[in-house]
Amino acid sequence: MMLSLTCITIVAGAALAGVNMLTEATINAQKEAQKQAAISAVLPDHERIAEAEQAGDMTIYRAFDATDRYVGAAVQTVTDGFGGKIKLMVGFDADNRIVNYAVLEQQETPGLGTHIVEWFKNTDKPGQNILGRTADGNMTVSKDGGDVDAITAATISSRAFLSAVNAAYAALNSSDASTGATRQLQAEPEQTETVSTDAEQQVTNDFVSQGK
Amino acid sequence: MTTNTKTLLNGIFKENPTFALVLGMCPTLATTTSAVNGMSMGLATMFVLVCSNVVISLLKNLIPDKVRIPAFIVVIATFVTIVEMLMKAYTPAIYDVLGLFIPLIVVNCIVLGRAEAFAAKNSVGLSALDGIGMGLGFTLSLTVIGIIRELLGTGTCFGMNIYPDNFGMLLFVLAPGAFIVLGLLMGLFQKYVKK
Repeated sequence: MMLSLTCITIVAGAALAGVNMLTEATINAQKEAQKQAAISAVLPDHERIAEAEQAGDMTIYRAFDATDRYVGAAVQTVTDGFGGKIKLMVGFDADNRIVNYAVLEQQETPGLGTHIVEWFKNTDKPGQNILGRTADGNMTVSKDGGDVDAITAATISSRAFLSAVNAAYAALNSSDASTGATRQLQAEPEQTETVSTDAEQQVTNDFVSQGK
Repeated sequence: MTTNTKTLLNGIFKENPTFALVLGMCPTLATTTSAVNGMSMGLATMFVLVCSNVVISLLKNLIPDKVRIPAFIVVIATFVTIVEMLMKAYTPAIYDVLGLFIPLIVVNCIVLGRAEAFAAKNSVGLSALDGIGMGLGFTLSLTVIGIIRELLGTGTCFGMNIYPDNFGMLLFVLAPGAFIVLGLLMGLFQKYVKK
């Protein structure tokens, strides 16, 4: 009795180990490819992407053009949505305008919350479109007094989405401050630095006032 | 009708897992938000059913009666994990949607039910046919439910637009729609097919 069950589990274990060995590389390659595709989709034209930077649970990928000038960054961010985690890749250009975003993972309600995938990039509807907007770390849905139209019947998903974008912006700018040297190398005017620090301060205040 | 065709068709009509046996309702209700999702779930389950039926039928004389359930579960869980890894590697888009429900095939009553009720008592060939039949029955049911829910809910069919989605009744994509469609289809099935 023991023997037969042991044999079965040993064989099962071996079979799983075999399949795992066969598929592991492909699975990792798939994940990597998905991430790379998302990064390039959300970034402005660029020549190379710097090493990923970790900022809390967010990952920042900075992009540079052929002359090594900073052109923007893709930020991977996670937030709690209506039905689970929402994982986003948000791209900003050098002036903190939102270039594009890609939803990497979400389990929102099909037909309602799942619209986050394309809702906020509808350039025909300025009310809901966020592409091209200058991020200020303070976007909210109109229901909360903001100027972004939420997805019909999916306010919670919309809120979660915008808070993720805001958090991405905040992370990008706070890490700007710490790696200020990198930015000065690109001969950016001193003024930009000041502006971003102000904006960052604003964000920090907002976060404090929201009790985060 | 020969025993072979009878075994094969048994799972599709007389003992259809969804509409006649009413087994495996959790994945049925949860994954049929669209036709593609329903079909993928059905096919994944079918693969596990066929493989586990064959292996259990091969091992039926080696497994002592007292430990047959744990032995069956180990076999089933192995195949489910294999499916999961294969889907992750080769169809990541579908895996993302079905996600949690793939590992849950392990506890799908149809798989264990067929192992216990059929594969443990019949030859390898017949068990394979039973797995295919049951798997097809499950796949067809899930696909039909998926098609109806997707069409009524979002106006698409296998992702193709049939009518503008503003006119869709979202209810059908959400949980209540699953129960409504399943209930009505089950009623129709009992009246016209199962007789």
